[in-house]
Amino acid sequence: MMNPVLQAKGLDLWYGDHQALHSISLDIFEKTVVALIGPSGCGKSTFLKTLNRMNDLVDSVRVEGDVLYESHDIFDPILDVNDLRKEIGMVFQKPNPFPMSIYDNIAYGPRIHGIKNKRVLDQIVEQALKDAALWDEVHDRLKKSALSLSGGQQQRLCIARALAIQPKVLLMDEPTSALDPISTAKIEELIDQLKTKYTIVIVTHNMQQAMRIADQTAFFLMGELIEFNDTQELFLRPQDPRTSDYVNGRFG
Amino acid sequence: MKTIKNKTIEQIASWIFFAIGMITILCVLVITLYLISSGLPAIQKIGLKEFLFSSTWNSTGSDPKFGILPFILTSLYGTLGALLLAVPVGIGCAIYLSKFAPPALKRCLLMGIQVLAGIPSVVFGLVGMVVLVPWIRSMFHLSDGACLLSAMIVLAIMILPSVVNVSLNALDAVPSEYEEASIALGATKLETVRKVSFPAARSGILASIILGTGRAIGEAMAVIMVSGNVANMPNMFQSVRFLTTAISSEMSYASGLQKEALFSIALVLFVFILLTNTILSKLMKEVQSNDSH
Amino acid sequence: MIPIKTKEMLLIQRSAEKTKPNYRKWKDRLFQASLWGAMSVCAVLTFSLIVYVAIKAVPNINLDFLLGQPSYIEDTIGILPAILNTLYLLLGPLLFVVPLGVGAAIYLNEYCKSARLVSLIEYTSDILSGIPSIVYGLVGMLFFCQFFNLQTSILAGALTLVIMNIPTIMKTTRESLKTVPNSYREGARALGAGKWKTIHTVVLKSCRSGMITGILLTVGRILGESAALLLTAGFAQVLNPIYEGMFSSGASLSVAMYVFAKERGEFDVAFGIAGILLILTLIISVAAQILEARTKER
Repeated sequence: MMNPVLQAKGLDLWYGDHQALHSISLDIFEKTVVALIGPSGCGKSTFLKTLNRMNDLVDSVRVEGDVLYESHDIFDPILDVNDLRKEIGMVFQKPNPFPMSIYDNIAYGPRIHGIKNKRVLDQIVEQALKDAALWDEVHDRLKKSALSLSGGQQQRLCIARALAIQPKVLLMDEPTSALDPISTAKIEELIDQLKTKYTIVIVTHNMQQAMRIADQTAFFLMGELIEFNDTQELFLRPQDPRTSDYVNGRFG
Repeated sequence: MKTIKNKTIEQIASWIFFAIGMITILCVLVITLYLISSGLPAIQKIGLKEFLFSSTWNSTGSDPKFGILPFILTSLYGTLGALLLAVPVGIGCAIYLSKFAPPALKRCLLMGIQVLAGIPSVVFGLVGMVVLVPWIRSMFHLSDGACLLSAMIVLAIMILPSVVNVSLNALDAVPSEYEEASIALGATKLETVRKVSFPAARSGILASIILGTGRAIGEAMAVIMVSGNVANMPNMFQSVRFLTTAISSEMSYASGLQKEALFSIALVLFVFILLTNTILSKLMKEVQSNDSH
Repeated sequence: MIPIKTKEMLLIQRSAEKTKPNYRKWKDRLFQASLWGAMSVCAVLTFSLIVYVAIKAVPNINLDFLLGQPSYIEDTIGILPAILNTLYLLLGPLLFVVPLGVGAAIYLNEYCKSARLVSLIEYTSDILSGIPSIVYGLVGMLFFCQFFNLQTSILAGALTLVIMNIPTIMKTTRESLKTVPNSYREGARALGAGKWKTIHTVVLKSCRSGMITGILLTVGRILGESAALLLTAGFAQVLNPIYEGMFSSGASLSVAMYVFAKERGEFDVAFGIAGILLILTLIISVAAQILEARTKER
């Protein structure tokens, strides 16, 4: 049997006094796409942000339970959180390129992780842009500001930026919610290609999207993981009545 | 009937505002012209080179000498020293408050800094006279602690609030998405601040330095209280005189060429301010245009 | 059944990828520590200065001190004349500065059609606000004291303060005029309001707090002003009837503080005045912060 890449075990999380996650246990295997769905405020984004410890940036946050990355506790004080984030990349809801050139955006990550050689950087940038299906559109204007790109292009740039440091896992927080249908389709296509190399965890509020792209889907409700199964199973034969209500559009 | 009345009111209002606008412009013109016209005669009589580059100022002797090089250099060194002391501390403090400090600490310290910014310069001078000057005297075994170093320290404390305030505003305005993206890529806080937050805020941070420079060059009263006010060439541990204090210390009894020379000093001061403003605003424009492509 | 990778293995794998294992982390810690240091220096300086002035001031402030006047003959010390002079020097200039500065800002933002003129005025007023106050003092002295023959007097000082502070008010007002959305203006104009009507019913109302902030700033500047006033308003500390007072020399609190400290060496009195100035500064900055908080709420 294969090892899970990411494994949550009885994860509780509080924002101040408010408990946002209740005892979440979930295994994520290599080179799969896992979708997290649920009504807004259900904890799916919180869970996602716990996986690469972006929640550390919130002052009042407190976590109990374990998250294992390649069987290693991510909350272990000996582990360098910056190295963790290098291996577990993230793409945000709103495209957030830096106010720099396209090239510098992609090269940012490799540079802070110690790569200085121009030729190597050139290669990484090209490969990342190709992986993100953006190379053809921007290869002749790498020195232009990233802010001059369209919204969909900016989001693919952010994906490329995350890919450039060669993560193993890619976390995506509603990556298409700010985009038009055509850009969304392109990103979904991209996710399908990326899955051959990376493990992807994606939060989405769009159930069709989850059905289209995810191998497995987890349904969250009020901070609890209600059901986690193969996507087809979860949507067609939900085990829990609450899942059934949600996927059939009866609330949320 | 009513529309006619309204029309007249509108017409009058636009005239009044036009007039006020023109009065303001006139004020600006008058000040500039006055400064130039009253500052030039002495320079003509003394000679520009002699005035700017000779190092002896003896305005009341039988053979008066009017060289303001000591004042120019003192003002330059004093300002530079104050900046060297205040800018790293101020920007460091701003970064800490913006990116690391708990909100309560930030609010509390900002309150204090805002009060510090409003305290009259003579109060800084007073505290400098009573606390700093004696301390420097005993620390460095001087006969008198009123010297360039004291003035630098007082100026540094005076410009600290503007450096902190303005850079803090600029740093707070950096969208948090930039920083989150950088951290999600595994950058440390240092790398994030250095490569993302700082570049995004650099025009504001530059502005804070300009503001500090202006305030330091122009300060007179606090400086006169702690610098001893003797027209020496600048030396860290000697009594010195700044461009500003040269004017204020002799104005009350000056006459003739001496008085005209003081006006010339004011003109030089004006040119200094003009230069720093222009150079630094050009710098800022460059920075901003670099950002946009 | 699952082979657990040990911590050590993971670390070895990681350090193999990197050339300098803990270098970045230490750099980061050093950086944060030095920031904390900078912040502490600021905090200690700020609060110790404020507390020091307050402690030195308290024993010197009493009713006699506030309501008396200094006299060599009776050997009394009091700052009532300085308080009154400060009041004149505050209210007088404000009376002129506010309409002029606000008016000029309105002209620039609402009436003036030439973009070049606007940028010219903005440029010059930027320069004006950067000019050292001692230079204003000199110009005021030449222009008001000598050219208009007002001598060294409160009136000359007040007029100098007017010139000095127009740029500040103009700038702050214009900044807040710029934040008024154009839709407000269009809305009012579409209802048939004229330009002036639009300005005074809609535009000025929505930027009132910005204007008040500007006025507070000006009050603070006038309170703290010393160099320009020393040259134009002089440093006498005598009680005069208002009308005569206008035309005679008089020291504001800041100038009086300077005179007591520097010329007379009476540090206790100077600290007493410094304490009062500190209180006034506190009031102003608290008021400004309340105002700012309120604007943000909206």
